[in-house]
Amino acid sequence: MKVLVPVKRVIDYNVKVRVKADQTGVDLANVKMSMNPFDEIAVEEAVRLKEKGKATEIVAISIGSQQASETIRTALAMGADRGILVKTDGDVEPLAVAKILKAIVEAEQPGLVITGKQAIDDDSNQTGQMLAALLGWGQGTFAHKLELDGSTAKIEREIDGGLQTVEVKLPAVMTTDLRLNEPRYASLPNIMKAKKKPIEEKSPADYGVDVTPRLKVLKVAEPAKRGGGVKVKSVAELLDKLSEAGAI
Amino acid sequence: MTSLVLAEHDNKHLSDATAKTVTAAASVSAPVHILVAGENCAAVADQAAKIAGVEKVLVADDALYAHLVAETMETLILSLAGNYDAILAPATTSGKNILPRIAAKLDVPQISEILKVVSPDTFERPIYAGNAIQTVQAPAGKKIITVRVTAFKAAADGGSAAIEKIAAGSDPGTAKFASEALSKSERPELTSAKIVVSGGRGLGSAENFKLIEKVADRLHAAVGASRAAVDAGYVPNDYQVGQTGKVVAPDLYLAVGISGAIQHLAGMKDSKIIAAINKDEEAPIFQVADFGLVADLFQALPEMDQELAKRGR
Repeated sequence: MKVLVPVKRVIDYNVKVRVKADQTGVDLANVKMSMNPFDEIAVEEAVRLKEKGKATEIVAISIGSQQASETIRTALAMGADRGILVKTDGDVEPLAVAKILKAIVEAEQPGLVITGKQAIDDDSNQTGQMLAALLGWGQGTFAHKLELDGSTAKIEREIDGGLQTVEVKLPAVMTTDLRLNEPRYASLPNIMKAKKKPIEEKSPADYGVDVTPRLKVLKVAEPAKRGGGVKVKSVAELLDKLSEAGAI
Repeated sequence: MTSLVLAEHDNKHLSDATAKTVTAAASVSAPVHILVAGENCAAVADQAAKIAGVEKVLVADDALYAHLVAETMETLILSLAGNYDAILAPATTSGKNILPRIAAKLDVPQISEILKVVSPDTFERPIYAGNAIQTVQAPAGKKIITVRVTAFKAAADGGSAAIEKIAAGSDPGTAKFASEALSKSERPELTSAKIVVSGGRGLGSAENFKLIEKVADRLHAAVGASRAAVDAGYVPNDYQVGQTGKVVAPDLYLAVGISGAIQHLAGMKDSKIIAAINKDEEAPIFQVADFGLVADLFQALPEMDQELAKRGR
């Protein structure tokens, strides 16, 4: 079974985001970029499937600028076999990403697509579900545990009330939550090996997809700041203050 | 025209997330209809009909909807979509699971987790874990929206909407519910509690989390946790507050042994009052806390428990 893993290049999760003064977006100049943490979990899960003999080939896909090839290299160093870079500048909305992925799925015929449940930049949480709908496939979102059983994926999901298990017919789309696995660090030999793995370059036009954003971003602003607080000296003083404020 | 709100419920009780989503829906496109999909869910439909501003409640009562699976909900909602300008759901794990499928099939962009309806086609939503707020304008056509419910007041009771039964949609047969393990708790629900007491890695063990629970029970509070505490297995996943967990905005958020990573702050910084107890006075949580106590939580929590008891809590 072939597994496709879409990965996104995003601002590193440790970086404090700064909004640009002209309110057109956030400042990405000279900022550390990394693979979306949820996508790292997706790559790890795919590699584990391959190690267990359940996956035969892992294809990492990224849609973005030339630098997104670095994100694909990271996936290749973790154990993916080859990459596809769909080169485009500017923001691509989840629906356009899903349309490109659909075309790639139709060409590659994977048994499973694994991707992060959301990207930590736009926090949309849409792409996996949209892809599944466009393909008419089942989905297991916010995955906590995956068991493959012949033609079915048993996916345990993190939901608001606890955990839920769904049985999804393959082929299917799965989106990862935090506790599905702990992604490995790529070893130096694997990083070197990854440099020789192939990355195919494509464009959205190759898949007949128009990536012009549909939503118009009017403004990106700083959230309201919280005023500075006070330090208290004791538990009793803390409770007094909370009582005075009407909080307890 | 009209907007459709997907009800959040457990077949007995309507979650207040629904009434909050109705508030958002009414400013996008009024009147509002509510879709209750469930099994033996008549009580839920009755509760939905009482929300002010709701004109009609559509009820699809069928074994197919005993647990809402995105694939079957897709066919049901798409069969109704033609009648509506906007389709909204609370940004719960259920709403997030279902709605993007609808947007994709209708070929419109989804607007996720709106915080504010600026005008019927313009919305504010958080990006980068809430470190930036984006104002977006949707194109003409249907609006598919998930709503961050902590940002909206619940629509009041006092309505008397008509209840209309509708037929179940078809089952594409691609996915089915198998089982669930829900956390059982007598405490208030995390996202709607007035007070939340949360613990972090500083607690050190599942056993020590009882210190948090004792104080929470004195305050009739919900219990939350940081990602670190959940990853370490101190508490189940549904306790997690943060960018990718639950977003809460209670009257009081008491963070204990939580350093305050930006991903955690994203889930609680809209709380009315934030209090923090941490032994590290440099912990970032103190930058957002209204009241900070630098102390060892293993002394502070038992002391707080006794002090609250003394004060008759």
